[in-house]
Amino acid sequence: MTGSIGARIAGLVAPVIVALAATIGLLLLADAPPFEALKLIGEGAFSGKTRFADTLMAWAPVAIAGAGLVVTFAAGLWNIGVEGQIVAGAIAASLAARTVPGDRGLVLTVTLAGGVIGGALWGGAAGVLKVKGKVNEIFGGIGLGFVAQAFATYLIIGPWKRSGVASTSGTEPFRPETWLPTAFDTRLAPIAIGLALAILIGVGLVMRGTRFGLRLRAVGSNPASARLLGVPADATTMRAFLVGGGLAGLAGAVIVTGVQHKLVPAIAGGRGFLAVLVVLLAGYRVRWVGPIALFFAAISVGSSQLQLRLDLDSSLGAVIQGLLVLSAVLFGGWFAKRQGLGRQT
Amino acid sequence: MEATLASIVAAAAPLIYAAVGEAITERAGIVNLSLDGSILLSAMAGFAVAFTTGNVGLGFLVAALVSAFVALMVAWSGIRLRLNQVAVGFILTLLGAALSSYLGEGFAHQPGPSVTSAPIPGLSKIPLIGRAIFGQNLSVYGSLILVVVTAWFLARSRIGLQLRAVGERPEAAHARGINVNRHRYLAALVGGALVGVAGAAFSLDQKLGWSDGHTAGFGWIALAIVIFGGWQPIRVAIGCYLFGALQVVALRLQDDLPGLAQILPSLPFPLMIFALVVVNSAGLRRLLTRSPRLSRWLLPEPPAALGRNFVPE
Repeated sequence: MTGSIGARIAGLVAPVIVALAATIGLLLLADAPPFEALKLIGEGAFSGKTRFADTLMAWAPVAIAGAGLVVTFAAGLWNIGVEGQIVAGAIAASLAARTVPGDRGLVLTVTLAGGVIGGALWGGAAGVLKVKGKVNEIFGGIGLGFVAQAFATYLIIGPWKRSGVASTSGTEPFRPETWLPTAFDTRLAPIAIGLALAILIGVGLVMRGTRFGLRLRAVGSNPASARLLGVPADATTMRAFLVGGGLAGLAGAVIVTGVQHKLVPAIAGGRGFLAVLVVLLAGYRVRWVGPIALFFAAISVGSSQLQLRLDLDSSLGAVIQGLLVLSAVLFGGWFAKRQGLGRQT
Repeated sequence: MEATLASIVAAAAPLIYAAVGEAITERAGIVNLSLDGSILLSAMAGFAVAFTTGNVGLGFLVAALVSAFVALMVAWSGIRLRLNQVAVGFILTLLGAALSSYLGEGFAHQPGPSVTSAPIPGLSKIPLIGRAIFGQNLSVYGSLILVVVTAWFLARSRIGLQLRAVGERPEAAHARGINVNRHRYLAALVGGALVGVAGAAFSLDQKLGWSDGHTAGFGWIALAIVIFGGWQPIRVAIGCYLFGALQVVALRLQDDLPGLAQILPSLPFPLMIFALVVVNSAGLRRLLTRSPRLSRWLLPEPPAALGRNFVPE
């Protein structure tokens, strides 16, 4: 590690202070009591087991999709299509939940696996566009995201509409066998949390100690020289998209089975984009994805309290998240540059 | 027919501001990925100012300043801090969208002022194209003029050629005494201001008013059209009119296909992106290798130094 301990602490504290100051400014602009609002966000996320369970259930999909993004980022890919891959996974999971008969164990297994397959298909499509069609993954991913979103809306108002009414509020809830079992009289589904933890650890192990992880990083840092050294660059890129998409799809299936219990148009609800922010703030390292995702999930869940209690728009949560990542990245660049200059002289 | 042409030209106007603005920025080597959030923020700000003051022109001005500031942040973080422009642009995309939603809450679903129609007497009576080109308002006329002026500016003017040199071969431009990063700041500011004008052209003209996520998606389309149009203003404009036509068709089909009414307006977005895919595809590239001239026209290369930060020695 470069830099003194002091500089590293400054690198952590400075962006938080700047983001906090900007948030307080925005609250004052809206004539809201800033400290009460911040306190409400904290309480909204953590006070009582119900709220804490909601925060953990908001955390799981972001952490799972974030783990997938660590894989694609390692291969040097901007998988912004993650949002559409979550939608595709949610559609596939809904299809399974609607059609597969049998008991809970079987249905849930098929539904979650369906999510992985749906997301991997969508991620794989972005990969084919990139590898075969030379289409930048940002635009391929955004385009595929538009398709997935339009398809979800079509299913909700068309073939899967509620009996009698065609409404964009969502399909009929799926049968209870397709719901992840909950614990502690809350919405907490231990399976979702367990899956997220297992995937965070699994991706960490793969990135650290396997040939695939090594190849990913080789392709990510320099595709041309990786190819010269015998690393199959295109195949590695495709695998990264399949893994990243599959995990995003699993996140979509977790949202369907653990949170919504039906398909709604905003099924991804920006969670994929949020996961990109989390991974950027984590510096692309998987061990930081879990904690940062938890912090961000707390901001998202907590800020929904603002609407009820202070009549503030709940989008303040997204503003705080964006400000945090922006100031962290800018300060990161600033500190790095100062250290670089120090070395030169 | 005349009415359809006129509505296509009008519908494409905001996109033209955004896509031509981004083309200028990218030609100088800076990629401003923040468009989707930046347009949302400027659309909201432009409407809020015009709503509060009753002055539409002031709305456009503030919108331009807002998005110029966003673009400046992208350029500054790349040039001064040597950060990845794509990363900063993406963060600003999300932050801009969130801010527009938070700050715009009080202005949502309110009737407000708009750009007044200003047909040019006589000329607007020309058969077929008169109404499309001369029967519009200042915002749409501006988009037409912008395309012509930018095409000339990039191809012929001294500073336009310098901007392109900075985006293609910054080292060579630097060696010839051009201040690379000053030119890049300028291109980002001008391009960003035009992105802001696009926002106001939505909320004060083509998609009146403000609502949560009012212009979501259009920024990505503008970015895609810049590639589709090969970074050349006139071809970029053709891409915008193509998208405008798709929008108008989708709107017309709504009555015929009531089952699809809710998703039809969103279909032009994937269609446009996949038009880009076909244009970019390896198959088309192979087909065109036999004719280098046609290939150069159909498959232009991006500015060589796009997104690469330049550090003068």
